[in-house]
Amino acid sequence: MGGQQSTQFPDGVPIGGACDTVSGPAAAPDCLVRIRGLSFSRGAQVIFDRVDLDIARGAVTAVMGPSGTGKTTLLKLISGQLRPDAGSIEVDGEPVETLGRSALYKLRRRMGMLFQSGALLTDLSVFDNVAYPLREHTKLNPAMVRKLVLLKLEAVGLRGARDLMPSALSGGMARRVALARAIALDPMMILYDEPFTGQDPISMGVLVTLIRQLNDASGLTSIVVSHDVRETASIADYMYIISNGKVMAQGTPAQIAAERSEWVRQFMDGLPDGPVHFQYPAPSLAADLLVRGVG
Amino acid sequence: MANKARALVDGLLDPLARLGHGGLKALAGLGRAHLLLLGILAGSWDMLRRPRLLLAQVFNVGVLSVLIVGVSGFFVGMVLGLQGYYVLSQFGAKESLGVMVAASLVRELGPVVTALLVAGRAGSALTAEIGLMKATEQLSGLEMMAVDPVRRILTPRFFGGLISMPLLAALFSAVGVLGGYFVGVGLLGVDDGAFFGQMQAKIDFREDVVNGVIKSLVFGVVATWIALFQGHDATATSEGVSRATTRAVVHSALAVLAIDFVLTALMFGK
Amino acid sequence: MAKQHSIEVLVGAFMAAGFVALFFLAMKVSNLSANVADDGYRLTARFTNAGSIKARAPVSMAGVRVGRVEDVRLDKKTYQAVVTMRIDPTVDDIPEDTFANIFTAGLLGEQYIGLQPGGSQDYLRDGDEITQTQSALILEQMIGQFLFKKAEEGGK
Ligand SMILES: Nc1ncnc2c1ncn2[C@@H]1O[C@H](COP(=O)(O)OP(=O)(O)OP(=O)(O)O)[C@@H](O)[C@H]1O
Ligand SMILES: [Mg+2]
Repeated sequence: MGGQQSTQFPDGVPIGGACDTVSGPAAAPDCLVRIRGLSFSRGAQVIFDRVDLDIARGAVTAVMGPSGTGKTTLLKLISGQLRPDAGSIEVDGEPVETLGRSALYKLRRRMGMLFQSGALLTDLSVFDNVAYPLREHTKLNPAMVRKLVLLKLEAVGLRGARDLMPSALSGGMARRVALARAIALDPMMILYDEPFTGQDPISMGVLVTLIRQLNDASGLTSIVVSHDVRETASIADYMYIISNGKVMAQGTPAQIAAERSEWVRQFMDGLPDGPVHFQYPAPSLAADLLVRGVG
Repeated sequence: MANKARALVDGLLDPLARLGHGGLKALAGLGRAHLLLLGILAGSWDMLRRPRLLLAQVFNVGVLSVLIVGVSGFFVGMVLGLQGYYVLSQFGAKESLGVMVAASLVRELGPVVTALLVAGRAGSALTAEIGLMKATEQLSGLEMMAVDPVRRILTPRFFGGLISMPLLAALFSAVGVLGGYFVGVGLLGVDDGAFFGQMQAKIDFREDVVNGVIKSLVFGVVATWIALFQGHDATATSEGVSRATTRAVVHSALAVLAIDFVLTALMFGK
Repeated sequence: MAKQHSIEVLVGAFMAAGFVALFFLAMKVSNLSANVADDGYRLTARFTNAGSIKARAPVSMAGVRVGRVEDVRLDKKTYQAVVTMRIDPTVDDIPEDTFANIFTAGLLGEQYIGLQPGGSQDYLRDGDEITQTQSALILEQMIGQFLFKKAEEGGK
């Protein structure tokens, strides 16, 4: 499937961001998310340093990077839960970082986000959780809500679990219920934060196809944050690898696979040693042990 | 030498800097608490359109506290009856037992003890609930569903506490008077008519009962506000939530007692 | 749904209980029920010393409460205390030559105004003044007088 998708993106396109690659440089407006000069820090820790990033409409864009580089933070910035220190974030033409509360909430109705932890409301059943956004934002009658909820639950394979409480779900199941909730309002864009962690191989495979199908069937735009190199590469149309506040590499999965940079190779192939060190910076082990022994 | 002087100056300035740091932090917290209160109040209109949410919170704060408040009220009333009897009978003023019991309950013990009990039972539960919702990203989840968590989650809880507190305090006082009656009249033989007669003659509706209700309304606002703020402001970890819960109980107890002093001075100090 | 319903019932019961408690405090514990009878007519009386009489102190006749004190003021000309009482409308036949005393209930109890009816056939009307009054007994004064007399006796 991944190979099939990447045929849309012939190798050798100019590195100008994902949007330009979708339908040629002339169609830049087909960017759903356009991030320019984004800087963000938490205290002294710089998480993004003048990052430019584009998300093409209708595509699956993957954002990858080592743990703690700020992938979740990026999603929160895009959805307006955090405000950048500098730079601009445009979603569907609207500058997220300057939007007021009501405009932001209006925009968010067209976004779904799948949290790393699921974030289900623990005092509501699975059914009510999925029904929640429908009951909040639409005036559908209960029969209609029921139909929609069952359809969404069917899509994630959990129609039978509709009466369970979130505490009775496994982590993986909770994530799938959260996905059903995120797509309840048929949003224009879904942000997936680590959708694959905690899934068994079967549901992982189902999820991978589900994300792709959702994206293609209803013209969604998807941003997938993940560590799972293989699965992500198999569904992504375009990939960003970020680390240390910078975009280290970007391109179609094929381009990334062909990337020569040592850093990218190490990350993609999961090599224990290379430019990225597994160890947190420290004096040599021998020196450390010796000092301890003496002291 | 210069180093030593330097160290000395630092040693002197350090506590000062710490004090300043603490003060600034406290001020910032106070600011956040007030912003949160504004947000909560801004949601009251929204809440009126969903009375179900409020109902559930009156249940959580009010109904679930009835037992502890009622039982405590009865015991406090009985103790007042006993203690009052021994003191008053020394002055040959046993007939004033009803006044003593009722005045202590309606003016002070009813509102204050109820507020302390509610802060311990319902307030801590509120803090833990909100803190856990934050730690498990439920609040962020709501926000991503374009639902304001302050309005949807915090506002009904705030008004639930606000409504429940005076009713609970009234229950406490009423049950307490009955407890005092049970001990004073039932067990110790104070005259029935004198107990209620003196009480009615001395306890003023506006001065005592209404002021007691006002007190418990204020305590309801303060205790619920503190509980909600601590939950909402908690560090999003299990340790953070447990700390916040402790802080909520301690802070609301102190706030209730301090405010009680001020209110008492204002109301009865003439 | 059943759960929602039982919550509604319990909340309703709770609120009802709370209001019953408030009602109990208002009517049974406090003087609201007594205050309701705010009609009745006014009488005044002057005392050289009103002791610790305050508004809402009871006014009684033969041990039965017939009204309450409404206001205590100082007459700046005579330096007397002017006590305004409100008497229940049912007690409309208090003789003109009635005596008003300030009594104390028990040794340390609250002070109240006791009315001792005279024999006149004319009754007091709204706004009338009780002319015959006796001031409050001040315990300290009595003890002082007692000691003084004892000392005089001893001196003889
Ligand atoms: N609330 C916070 N306060 C302070 N620092 C934070 C907070 N949240 C995240 N950080 C820091 O920001 C950095 C980026 O966090 P983020 O959660 O975005 O990482 P991530 O790329 O999603 O990692 P992972 O793959 O492990 O989920 C981390 O180093 C973390 O220490
Ligand atoms: Mg993350």
